[in-house]
Amino acid sequence: MNTTTGTMASHGNPLLQEFLEAGASGRLLTRWCTACHRPHWYPRGICPHCHSLDTVWRESDGLGEIYTFSVMRRAATLYVIAYVRLDDGVTMLTNIQTDDPDGVRIGQKVQAAFGGPDLLGGLPVFRTIE
Amino acid sequence: MSINGRAYIVGAYEHPLRKAPDKPTALLHAECALGAVRDAGLGLEDVDGYFCAGDAPGMGPLSMVDYMGLKLRHFDSTDVGGSSYLAHISHAAQAIAAGKCNVALITLAGRPRSEGMATGTAPRPGSPALPDTHWEFPYGPATVNLYAMCAMRHMHEYGTTPEQLAWVKVAASHHASHNPNAMLRDVVTVDDVLNSPMVADPLHRLDCCVISDGGGALIVARPEIATTLKRPKVRILGAGEAIKGQSGGAVDLTFSAARWSGARAFEEAGVTPQDIKYASIYDSFTITVLMQLEDLGFCRKGQGGRFVADGQLIAGVGRLPVNTDGGGLCNNHPANRGGITKVIEAVRQLRGEAHPAVQVPNCDIALAHGTGGTLGARHGSATLIMERE
Repeated sequence: MNTTTGTMASHGNPLLQEFLEAGASGRLLTRWCTACHRPHWYPRGICPHCHSLDTVWRESDGLGEIYTFSVMRRAATLYVIAYVRLDDGVTMLTNIQTDDPDGVRIGQKVQAAFGGPDLLGGLPVFRTIE
Repeated sequence: MSINGRAYIVGAYEHPLRKAPDKPTALLHAECALGAVRDAGLGLEDVDGYFCAGDAPGMGPLSMVDYMGLKLRHFDSTDVGGSSYLAHISHAAQAIAAGKCNVALITLAGRPRSEGMATGTAPRPGSPALPDTHWEFPYGPATVNLYAMCAMRHMHEYGTTPEQLAWVKVAASHHASHNPNAMLRDVVTVDDVLNSPMVADPLHRLDCCVISDGGGALIVARPEIATTLKRPKVRILGAGEAIKGQSGGAVDLTFSAARWSGARAFEEAGVTPQDIKYASIYDSFTITVLMQLEDLGFCRKGQGGRFVADGQLIAGVGRLPVNTDGGGLCNNHPANRGGITKVIEAVRQLRGEAHPAVQVPNCDIALAHGTGGTLGARHGSATLIMERE
C-alpha cells in the first residue's frame, strides 16, 4: 500500500505536515502532553489521557518491537500490516518492510525508516533489526 | 431508570434473499419492515418510532420514513456499524419507558453481494476529516487484516490455535445445514477451514463471514401492547453499550468492548453467563466469536480456544449453542452488518421457533451481542439479554 498517500498529504492538518517534514529528514516524532507528561498516538491536538490541549512533539529514536501483525495476501501486492510498540511507550499502526514476510514474528525488534514521499507519502515504515 | 421489563420484542423478520440484484435497498428495508410488523400482528400504521443506521439510504431516517410513509413520534439513527441494531433495541426500550413511543421499528438491509463489494479485503479511506485516517489508511488497514492482528496476538498470548478458531466455523456450518435460506449450507470440517486459502494470516477464507444481500427487522413494544398480541412474549431484561479504540496508543488487542457492554447488560438483567441458554455472538470472523465469548464472561480470558473447540458451540452437542441460524459465517451478513440477525435468531430460540434440529430445549434466557467497526482499530459493542415470558 504505497500508492495513495501522496494525495492525502496534510488536508489542513498542521500536525501531519510537521510530522512529514520531520520524516523527510529521517526524524520520527511522537506526540506528548505537557500536562500529564504521557505520549499518545496517533498525534492530535487534545491529550486523549487527560484532555489537555497542550501537546508537543518529541523526537523518538524509532526503536520498538512488533506487537502484532498480519500478512495481507488478498492484495495486488502482498504487504505486512502491524502494530509496533515504540520504546517511547506508544503503539502505532504501520507496515513492516521486509523481503521475508513469512519470517515476521511478534516481539521482533524494529527500527523506523523513511522512504521519502514515494513510499507512503512520507509516513514511516519499520524494518526488523535482528 | 432500568429498561428491565419495560419493553418486549414482539416482531422479528429475516429477509429470505441472500442475493437481491433486482430489489432496491429501500424496498428491502420496507419488505423487512412489513415482515416484522406482520409477524407481530400489527401494521406499519401502528409504528410510532423508527430506528435505522448507516445502511438505510439517505440522511438518518429521513428518506426511509418518507419512502415507507411512516408517521412517527420518535426516531434514532445511531450508527455503530454492525452493533447498531442491538443498541437500537436498548434505545427503543428507553424511549418506550420514557413515554416517547409505543411501537418501535428497527430495520437493516443492503446489497453488498449484488454490488460486488470487496467488503473485507479492500482498505477504504474515510472522510478526510477523520482524525485517524491520514495516520492509518496508507498502511492498508482492511477489515480482515485488522481482525487478523487480534487473532495473531491472541495466539501469541494465550496459545490459541488455528484449529480452535476453525471450530467456530464448523459449528456455524452444522447449524446452517438446517437453514434452507443460508448462503452456505455445506457442513465443513476443521481441515476444510485450514485448507482454505489464507487471506490475512492467520485468518483463512473460511474464517471470514459471507458477503450477502438481504436484511431484517424487529418490532419493540411497550408491555401493555405486547400482552394484546398473540405471539410468544420476549421480554428485554438488560442491555449494555461500549466503545473501545486504541486508548491513545496504549493498544491492547486481547479484549473487546464486550467486556464492558456485557457487564452492564448482565447487571441490568440480574442474571449471569451461567443463566444463558442460547447466545447469538457477532461472527464477522471466527476470532470475533472467540474473543467476545471470553469478554462476555462465558469463559476466562485466554480460554476461548478451549471453550469453542470440539463442537462446544453446536446445538445439541456443546455446552453453549451459538448462532443456530448459521450466523454471519454461513447464513447471512446483510449490508455487512450482522447485528439484527443476531437478535432475530435469539427471538426464534426464545419463542421455540428455531429449526427443530437446533432448537435449544427450555430456552428461557438468551443473549445477543454485536460488534461494529473493527476489533483491531476502534469498535462499538452492544449486548442484549432477553427472557421468554
